[in-house]
Amino acid sequence: MNAIFRRQNLPLLVTALVFLVLFGAFSVCFKNFLSLRVVTNLFMNNAHVGIIAVGLTFVILSGGIDLSVGSVLAFTTIFVATLMGKYHFHPALAIAVALLVGTLFGAGQGALIQQYQLPPFLVTLAGMFLARGLAFVISSKEMAIEHGFYKAVAELGLPLPGSVTFGFTACVFVVVLLAGLWMAHLTGFGRNVYAIGGSESSALLMGLPVARTKVQLYALSGFCAALGGVVFTVQAQSGNPLNGLGMELDAIAAVVIGGTLLSGGVGQVAGTLLGVLIYGTILTAPDYLSGFDSSWQRIAIGGLLLVFIILQRFLSRASASAR
Amino acid sequence: MTKGDSHPTQGGFAALPSFANRHAALQRLLWPLAGLGLLLLFNLLFDRAFFEITMRDGNLYGPIMTVLRLAVKVMLLATGMTLVIACGGVDLSVGSVMAVAGALVAHLAAQGTWPFAALLGVAVLVALVIGAFNGTLVAFFGLQPIVATLIMMVLGRGVALSITGGLPISVADPGLLFLGRGFVAGIPVPILLVLVVVTLTAVACRKTALGLFIEAVGDNEVASRLSGVNARGIKLLVYMFCAVCAALAALVAIGDVGRVEPDRLGQMLELDAITAVVVGGTVLTGGRFSLLGSVIGALLIQTLTVTLIRQGMPSDVAPVPKALVIIVVCLLQSPKLRAQLAALRPGARRAAA
Repeated sequence: MNAIFRRQNLPLLVTALVFLVLFGAFSVCFKNFLSLRVVTNLFMNNAHVGIIAVGLTFVILSGGIDLSVGSVLAFTTIFVATLMGKYHFHPALAIAVALLVGTLFGAGQGALIQQYQLPPFLVTLAGMFLARGLAFVISSKEMAIEHGFYKAVAELGLPLPGSVTFGFTACVFVVVLLAGLWMAHLTGFGRNVYAIGGSESSALLMGLPVARTKVQLYALSGFCAALGGVVFTVQAQSGNPLNGLGMELDAIAAVVIGGTLLSGGVGQVAGTLLGVLIYGTILTAPDYLSGFDSSWQRIAIGGLLLVFIILQRFLSRASASAR
Repeated sequence: MTKGDSHPTQGGFAALPSFANRHAALQRLLWPLAGLGLLLLFNLLFDRAFFEITMRDGNLYGPIMTVLRLAVKVMLLATGMTLVIACGGVDLSVGSVMAVAGALVAHLAAQGTWPFAALLGVAVLVALVIGAFNGTLVAFFGLQPIVATLIMMVLGRGVALSITGGLPISVADPGLLFLGRGFVAGIPVPILLVLVVVTLTAVACRKTALGLFIEAVGDNEVASRLSGVNARGIKLLVYMFCAVCAALAALVAIGDVGRVEPDRLGQMLELDAITAVVVGGTVLTGGRFSLLGSVIGALLIQTLTVTLIRQGMPSDVAPVPKALVIIVVCLLQSPKLRAQLAALRPGARRAAA
């Protein structure tokens, strides 16, 4: 039992090691890299991807997938901006409405997947098209957010030593992360998710509320995507229907690099944090390494994906089943 | 190993009991055809200009030709994707394969010393290598197809960007431009290319045992292997073929536009291709496939988009009807919904739990 536990944790340990090596190498090679400011920026700049990835982790743990998150993020940004700019909603109300819409959108996808036994890949693919299209229905152009409340929120944060501020978006990310850890490991919901990912039919036979949990999962993912969108608007102070193109795949990549198996049942929310941090470190690389442009970023992320997935494959040979 | 044993006439529909009859193949083709017919009828009633085909310099133009031309890329991709999906897989990397092949060909063409045949050869060769990479990961490492091809999707885009240094390149090679914009006997070359590719693929699948083997692998890989089908070889083959289709789509695309933008070429087209295949009646879990269905699926989506745009829908909103088509098709294929509808009819409202 103990051995299995360790085996399952090995991807997480490898991920941690890769992050430390990557971060260590950067710190050695570039002065000023190893600083509170860089770490803070890592959290702040990737808060939206991180928040989405936490929600996605649960979906992937259950053996499903959610391709709609990037589009839901885009929809939320333009939705919030329009509610405030055009209809003069108070920001807090606009955010609450947007979060509700995102959650309901996710729940709707979950209901279709569960009720009619449709493949999550296709349903969320449709969700991705739908949310992206609706974002353009609301407005086809970028829309600035000009409101004192928003500016004030953007400047909130935890003051850290060295005149560094752990910004509001980073704080939201950390809260979501902690909530994710709590849900995954300390609640019945989390146990149900792992059980469904391990074997849905076994979970059903054990009497677990499979249907309810699956709808909740996608609702959670929709909520996280909407929250990611809200965080994005705080950072950008604007909404744009073009935001988050391809972000679903970045988030999936972060989850997979974090050691979660796409076949479900195996993985940790903590791994997703590491995945997001590795992803973020690669994204900051061009600031330090001249010539390491966006093409090399993608090649690096693709290469890491390859290494991790093959590693996981060898670790989880036993639970493999041809799909 | 006999053909009769592994033929999925029975087993193929085990997952869809309500389809278990001989009309199944026809029925599946019926839905996309009906959809397409409905759209054409709508245009016949409300937008006669849709059917106008004009001759200019002996070449055919008009809204229908536009629909066909716009659908060419997706039709080519969907041809390869159909076989991959029939094998129980999926290929997310076709958009990136397009970018790699397109960027490389444009880069070489810009040097001016490469003849068109050599460019064509390079594109196919690159596609074969990438396809073999995908296929190896799926068939020999046993990775889930989504994961395996996600790697190449991310990696390929980076490679394409690094080939051109992230910058767009314009294409002036007459051969490529002919492939994208040319006409033969008044018909645009890309449309002829699709005809040739689909016909050759269909012949290869239906006049040889290849199609049978692909369906057998997608149906039940273990059973197919036990009955002597080289399941791994078949999988490797379909991923390589799918990548070659993507390379052809790339050549058409860069010839048509006259330039390559490595960060945009083929982006999101993998999802359009998957949509076309699913709309065409090939089920995502593998088994029975219909090349003709995929072509009709691609045409259906393109016709829908063009029709709506002609009716005044902004082109940005085009994903919405696409989403609705996917959901409707999924629901139509759902055995549960069929059961529910059947249960509603006689008034007995005992939906299966």
